[in-house]
Amino acid sequence: MMTRHLSAAALLAGLAFASGGAHAADDAQVARGAYIARAGDCVACHTATGGAPFAGGLAIQTPMGRIYSTNITPDPETGIGTYDFAAFDRAVRGGVNQAGHRLYPAMPYPSYARVSPDDMQALYAYFMHGVKPQHQPNRPADIAWPLSMRWPLMVWDAMFAPSPATATAPPSGSADQLARGRYLVVGLEHCGSCHTPRGFALQEKALTDVDGTAYLSGAPIDGWLAKSLRSDGPDGLSAWSVRDIVTFLKTGRTDQVAAFGGMKDVVVHSTQYLNDDDLTAIALYLKSLGGKGGAAPALRPDATATTALRTGHDLPRGGRVFLDNCAACHRTGGQGYDGVFPRLALSSVVNSADPMSLVRIVLEGSRMAPTAGAPAAFGMPGLGWRLDDRDVADVVTFIRTSWGNHGAPVSAEDVARIRRTINSGPTPESRNTVDPSPS
Amino acid sequence: MTITMKKKDVVLIGFGWTGAILGQELTEAGLDVLALERGEMRDTPTDARYPQVIDELAYSIRGKLYQDLSRETVTVRHGVDDLAVPYRQHGSFLLGNGVGGAGLHWNGMHYRVLPEELQLRTRYEQRYGRHFIPEGMTIRDFPVTYDELEPFFTKFEYVCGTSGKAGNLGGRKIEGGNPFEGPRSKDYPTPPLHNGYGADLVWKGAVEAGFHPYYAPAANCSTPYTNPYGVRLGPCNFCGFCENYACYMYSKASPQTTILPVLLRKPNFEVRPRAQVLKINLDSTGKKATGVTYVDGKGREIFQPADLVIVTAYQMHNVRLLLLSGIGKPYNPKTGEGVVGMNYAYQAMGGVEVLLPSGTRLNPFIGTGAGGVSIDDVNGDQFDHGPLGFVGGASVRHVRLGGRPIQMTPTVPGTPKWGSAWKSAVKDTYQRELHIDLSGSVAAYQDVYLDLDPTYRDSYGQPLLRLTYNWHDNEARLMHHVGDRISEIAKAMNAEKYWVTNRVTPGAKYDVRFYQSTHTTGGAIMGADPRNSVVNRYLQSWDVPNVFVMGSSAFPQNMGYNPTGLVGALAYWAAKAIREQYLKNPGPLVQA
Repeated sequence: MMTRHLSAAALLAGLAFASGGAHAADDAQVARGAYIARAGDCVACHTATGGAPFAGGLAIQTPMGRIYSTNITPDPETGIGTYDFAAFDRAVRGGVNQAGHRLYPAMPYPSYARVSPDDMQALYAYFMHGVKPQHQPNRPADIAWPLSMRWPLMVWDAMFAPSPATATAPPSGSADQLARGRYLVVGLEHCGSCHTPRGFALQEKALTDVDGTAYLSGAPIDGWLAKSLRSDGPDGLSAWSVRDIVTFLKTGRTDQVAAFGGMKDVVVHSTQYLNDDDLTAIALYLKSLGGKGGAAPALRPDATATTALRTGHDLPRGGRVFLDNCAACHRTGGQGYDGVFPRLALSSVVNSADPMSLVRIVLEGSRMAPTAGAPAAFGMPGLGWRLDDRDVADVVTFIRTSWGNHGAPVSAEDVARIRRTINSGPTPESRNTVDPSPS
Repeated sequence: MTITMKKKDVVLIGFGWTGAILGQELTEAGLDVLALERGEMRDTPTDARYPQVIDELAYSIRGKLYQDLSRETVTVRHGVDDLAVPYRQHGSFLLGNGVGGAGLHWNGMHYRVLPEELQLRTRYEQRYGRHFIPEGMTIRDFPVTYDELEPFFTKFEYVCGTSGKAGNLGGRKIEGGNPFEGPRSKDYPTPPLHNGYGADLVWKGAVEAGFHPYYAPAANCSTPYTNPYGVRLGPCNFCGFCENYACYMYSKASPQTTILPVLLRKPNFEVRPRAQVLKINLDSTGKKATGVTYVDGKGREIFQPADLVIVTAYQMHNVRLLLLSGIGKPYNPKTGEGVVGMNYAYQAMGGVEVLLPSGTRLNPFIGTGAGGVSIDDVNGDQFDHGPLGFVGGASVRHVRLGGRPIQMTPTVPGTPKWGSAWKSAVKDTYQRELHIDLSGSVAAYQDVYLDLDPTYRDSYGQPLLRLTYNWHDNEARLMHHVGDRISEIAKAMNAEKYWVTNRVTPGAKYDVRFYQSTHTTGGAIMGADPRNSVVNRYLQSWDVPNVFVMGSSAFPQNMGYNPTGLVGALAYWAAKAIREQYLKNPGPLVQA
């Protein structure tokens, strides 16, 4: 079963049912709510793999144990069909369900607290009138007592969750693009859930830009590095134009990079549906976030590695691994092919301080997210079956130090540690111990 | 017991190029479409996994992507009174299998058709007189013209991202393109692939010898390219593993790299792999198809009802399915009666082998599926056949497919086949031998046809298709002439040695053991008259109007060009007729 980790997820746990219900809403309100639900990416967590939309049941791994997302279709028995607006609002923005139980903060209610009351009304109208009811009972969490007690979450909420917003939000297409972008990023899109590092109680260290420079400064999530979205040098968005960010969110890729890991789902389920005004607003807001430690110098192209690969002279071991495994698509200049095979030279992913995403892609491979704007799902094969830890360390180090890249070297131990966390099949060592001759 | 499934608007039998095109077109028209594919699901990440896909033994020698001949094959004989025997190993032609069909592992040679080839009989009779076409040769006009098909050739090229250079843009001749081609409404979507050194030498030699070389049209994108469906393709990197392989660069056009990323996501489309269609079911009148019967991967027999049945399998399988279903009257070569199976044709392959001077470094491992130099001076009716006395022509090309170790290590004739003499010969010739392909047209004949074998059956107990085929003197004379003409290029290249390697020589019999061409045609031919054709100009069955038959089975005879461009154009042409005429008023689109 597909699982997601706590901080990647949104979850309404332990919903019970009471009286109340839907009120009439016009079609425009429902359509607006559908758009807001897309922006909030509710479907990603509230839909099991292969299951009906919003019927819940997706397993989410937390440090305390596995929990399951809930049915948020308007089914009166197993869903939220009996929720009135106040109950719905309290669950989404306050983290408390209709029965008064605290939700696990896998549900990003600390972010959703920023959503405006108007947008909440539209969202409510959508869930009551635009979503098909599904009869599917919720599954209890696999968390043992005493951790299963929820009252400590009240303390957590008091410390970390903000009060629900009361102000009206800047609308889509607003002249104040920064304000609109900020509204989407800190609230509905809850980007910080993955991209902001977490503190001692798994709380996001910053919920908005005013909370400090930790906000959206990059964090590990589900064995991937959710990159820095700040303009703080080689691994942030400093080299990304507004247009790049919009194209990426719309199609899952730009000419140079493609989404991987959990970001593929975000693009597929959420951002590709946002209008260009909103995507531009998001991009402008992200570009307004300064670097966490001051702007780093821009990377400059360097042809030394290209020459070495083409001539075979002064080629480090990692360069030979690159020639045999990577150069066919990513090319000796590391430039890849626009919109097909990602660029390695001067890439913000390649130059991240933490190499985990790069190592993992080499081991496991990756396939691009197909979107309406870019339906071709180009794939890279995993190479973990044929490259041992040293091969991977050498080639990743080569990539991180060639063509002008300035990433720190990666050791075989680093690769071994990452390999253990993922399932990339048997390592070449174990494969090679098989004696090919019959005995 | 047969399981009956929920009715579909359309069932496609076979899911290669024509299945993908019809699936895309008819789902665009809002229809609920199901494709039944007997083979496995296939895609680039699973079947072109790098570097495992770069395996000549697995793919070219052992044919990993081909039809399993131990389960189903064809039988072959030379003459109408001979005993046919099964084709037990892939040789003369390579039968595809699986999603994408042979479209996944073709080379991407993407020609159109020379306009005169579509009105072949009329052209010869007008230019050379009524008696020029010999007795027993049953060549025909296609019931459609180049001008009618032009928009669909263009459409298919733009779906594929085909690389090349126009030679005739709306009547304006352009240097570097093919001066003999029919007028194009648009240039190729991507520029020509770079020529390798060998292609440069052939080009230069051809010009010196008085020919008109042009960039070979290749469905191998030369640059990243986004097609009209929004699907992006990668560029060819000249890896030299094209035919017999799926393309890990996403550069070679296949259903997977051009249409399926869009089609497979549609809610009104479904593909069921491992579904072997046994027959098309007809109602009691025999004039209406009710659906198809197939066996699924679990061995269950299933009836799939449908309003429209479109046969989109390989040419031979199309014909066999019509015969197994009783659609149209089987052709009898002795009486001349019947139509299904008539006018089967093949291609006459040959070449001029050129050994360049010692020290030449061709670097043959730099290869593409289809890019290179092509020549049409001896193709179609671009030369005077009057004094030569044969029908047809040949397309000529030098395409360096690669320098792979098993099949691409040529030696000069007389060299031992193994041992140290062979090794030193390979070492000597690897860098300096090149091949100029001659791909000759083959006419249709009264004594060449397809029917059901009376003896051999497939693993489902159904009769195999039987090929009755042998070479005719016309093709031997054609290939002799073309071999002579193209040898002039070898001479102009200052070859140390050159020799002609034609398969078809006077008196030679068809030999299925050697690969020649997978461009088999005919058997369900299109025509203007139901008395001598199987489908009308829209590829609609004359006998059962809710059955359409795509593919090269519709060609009344074969041409010098590779057929895929014409197959794709005809599929789009037929799809338009279905969308704009048939759906409004289901029934015959041409009154017999």
